Amino acid sequence: MRGWRRKGGKVLAGFEQQEAAVLRGLVSQVDDMLRARAEEAPQDELAELTGIKTGPSESPNDPVLSRLLPDFHKLDPDNPSTEDLDSVAALRSLHEPEVLDAKVGVAAVVMDTLPPDGGDIRLTYEQADAWLSALNDVRLALGTALDINDEMPDELPEEDPRAPHLGVYHWLTWVQESLVQALTE
Amino acid sequence: MTTPVEAEETLGADSGAAGRPWQTVVWNDPVNLMSYVTYVFQKLFGYSRDHATKLMLDVHHKGKATVTSGAKEKVEGDVAKLHAAGLWATMEQP
Repeated sequence: MRGWRRKGGKVLAGFEQQEAAVLRGLVSQVDDMLRARAEEAPQDELAELTGIKTGPSESPNDPVLSRLLPDFHKLDPDNPSTEDLDSVAALRSLHEPEVLDAKVGVAAVVMDTLPPDGGDIRLTYEQADAWLSALNDVRLALGTALDINDEMPDELPEEDPRAPHLGVYHWLTWVQESLVQALTE
Repeated sequence: MTTPVEAEETLGADSGAAGRPWQTVVWNDPVNLMSYVTYVFQKLFGYSRDHATKLMLDVHHKGKATVTSGAKEKVEGDVAKLHAAGLWATMEQP
């Protein structure tokens, strides 16, 4: 992968087989988590009748999912008000399904446009925007799992079990940065 | 850019608070790229590159920025779109 470029109304890049395998693997893992979360949504007859989905009212326990699906209010960590807690629950239940649909949708675009063996790919601008969101979701997931913070060094000591994953994280950052540049230059 | 400000009373807001506009706040986080955050502000809200960059820099340096405001329903939608894009956004009624 030598970076994205824009040509003739399309956005182009070439992926090595191993790069494609890593990226597809991560995107599908995040997708699995999001789909499992979507299945936790309460089933009710009214929702089936109206087609309006209702999501769970509780924030996910898993730190990765909770970063991908944040609360709608910033709650006081020590003493959140009952009003805020009620509102956070109601807003999550109302909006989480559309956020999940969007995330599952962009993951599908990556899986559909990136062949398992890699190779040259050509994206429309709309597909490229989907890639940006999907790459961001994967970086958020990996960044949360690795506990990325502003003081994170570029490389971790070899004995740190996170060291090899940090390399993948930095590669994803580069792939995403290059795609933003190609779309905005 | 203008947005209608309507009284929207749901979810237990008391009647005195119902008329005040809500704000969409984006918070700094260590993962999101500065270039991507700017791009998302331009794309979702139609902001110029300069305005989107200014908001992104506020997020980066001050820890947060108010990116849109208006009626509760509109702000809810903006927060949901920002979550879909992977930004850490919340809404408040100051």
